[in-house]
Amino acid sequence: MSAEEVNENKRRFLVAATSVVGAVGAGVVAVPFIKSWMPSAKARAAGAAVIADISKLEDGQMITVEWRGKPIFIVKRNQKNLDDLVQHTDFLADAESNDSAQPEYCKNHARARDKNKSVAVMEGVCTHLGCAPKHLPDLNNNFADSLGESWLGGFFCPCHGSKYDLSGRVYSGMPAPLNLPIPPYSYKSDTLVLVGEDGENV
Amino acid sequence: MGKKVDALMGWVDDRFPLTKMWEEHLSRYYAPKNFNFWYFFGSLALLVLVIQIVTGIFLAMFYKPDAALAFQSVEMNIMRDVEWGWLIRYFHSTGASAFFIVVYLHMYRGLIYGSYKKPRELVWILGVMIYLVLMAEGFMGYLLPWGQMSFWGAQVILSLVGAIPFIGEDIGIWVRGDFVIGDATLNRFFSLHIIALPLVLLGLVVAHIIALHEVGSNNPDGVEIKKNKDENGIPKDGIPFHPYYTVKDIVGVVVFLMFFSIVVFFIPEMFGYFLEHANFEPADPLKTPAHIAPVWYFTPFYSILRAVPDKLGGVIAMFGAIAILFVLPWLDRNPVKSIRYRSTMWKVLIALFVVSFLILGYLGMKAPTELYTQIARVCTIYYFAFFLLMPFYTKNEKNKPVPERVTMK
Repeated sequence: MSAEEVNENKRRFLVAATSVVGAVGAGVVAVPFIKSWMPSAKARAAGAAVIADISKLEDGQMITVEWRGKPIFIVKRNQKNLDDLVQHTDFLADAESNDSAQPEYCKNHARARDKNKSVAVMEGVCTHLGCAPKHLPDLNNNFADSLGESWLGGFFCPCHGSKYDLSGRVYSGMPAPLNLPIPPYSYKSDTLVLVGEDGENV
Repeated sequence: MGKKVDALMGWVDDRFPLTKMWEEHLSRYYAPKNFNFWYFFGSLALLVLVIQIVTGIFLAMFYKPDAALAFQSVEMNIMRDVEWGWLIRYFHSTGASAFFIVVYLHMYRGLIYGSYKKPRELVWILGVMIYLVLMAEGFMGYLLPWGQMSFWGAQVILSLVGAIPFIGEDIGIWVRGDFVIGDATLNRFFSLHIIALPLVLLGLVVAHIIALHEVGSNNPDGVEIKKNKDENGIPKDGIPFHPYYTVKDIVGVVVFLMFFSIVVFFIPEMFGYFLEHANFEPADPLKTPAHIAPVWYFTPFYSILRAVPDKLGGVIAMFGAIAILFVLPWLDRNPVKSIRYRSTMWKVLIALFVVSFLILGYLGMKAPTELYTQIARVCTIYYFAFFLLMPFYTKNEKNKPVPERVTMK
């Protein structure tokens, strides 16, 4: 067969077509491998809602429950705290929680459900780099120097110094960009909080 | 006897280029005769790689990549129950830090003698890729002991993925394999740490050396020895790598192993820098350590991350700080390679670069205060300015005359 008889166009087409089919095949077979990295059925089941009993929670106290492996802070504020949360918002980065993550029913100054404004439920995961902020209701602690005289109570992240108020709203000028996220939650009764489920439709 | 050996070699050589490879890469690879102290660290990096692979193979025989068992399998089983397990573990943990020490010195050598410049751009790029894979190895390996710092260090770094707009959260869940760092994460990091990344690393190291031997080694004078060849085509300033540099490197190996042994036997934790104290407590997702700091070799980049007041911006700056190394060969416009024949300005700028890199590294280990953050910002700006302004300040640099042949000072 002489060189003139070689159909270069046909060869090029066949090489290209084979390459494309091969590439598509490789792409498709990559799917199971990539998908295998998603949370397994077991991990998804473990992400179900948890119940917390707040009958013994006093003003100024906090309990931590675990939901989806994250610490969930359930904190009780007194009336003065709730008033402060409404009045002192000028130093907050996102006082109205417009950019932050929370269910619609928590988009208020207390960042809590109407049913019980004094109790807030939030993820104890700093929005900067995922550390767990400390609940510091007053200046009676080792971090007082970092908090300043006018501290009204709130949360302080020891990793990089981000400050949040008692609603988990971040102060402006902090490494953390957003308020602490609030998970969906609902009340099974006056003293039982269901973290992870909205309960009734909102 | 000799004849039989020759015959055997001939038989092999007809089927596999054994003698050819030996000659090309060792006995007839001509390296400049003026290598100095800084040229120990390439071969030392290779030595540490071997140490890490051998000790890693043995550690994998006793380690359990399970969130419920991992901490115990390291701290109880390997450190106490397995015969000599503690030694193998300390070899590996010290080896990790030693790897970065020799690699940082190796990179510094490349920087001062212009080893990244034409025709060695690919040698440099492959080297930066090795450095990247090494960082991934270090990061994933550090999760395996499943101590507090393993867990929270990974938490901090993996949450960086969340800074990616829109898809960040989902990618984070995909990487973790759970809504949080857990068993799934540990298991996949184990697999990547002991199989996937070492394979990539070995491939890159081979490519790095092949690329180097293709273009030939640079030297402290930055003079191309291939420009001056004798009648046999051998560079006049070259000496065969074997036996001259194999023997020289063995001296380096002995001295290195001396320091390595001091650390392994007397200060394996290196005062909390090689093995952080918080890591002797099992991982607890509900309790953040008061102060989270990555291991020392990541701290310069961690400082850069923190210096930027915006989360996404910080992540971009951190990765940019590494990515910028890839284009170094094209940022430096000065045709002169070695620092010996470059301007005083260049020497000062490099010195300042080293100082700011070290300061960043130091600050990355400390809790951020107002002052520290300001210093970190200055150093970060200098870090980037050093590279980004390089095309301008290297363009018309006042060089000294470069000699024709290498010197032996």
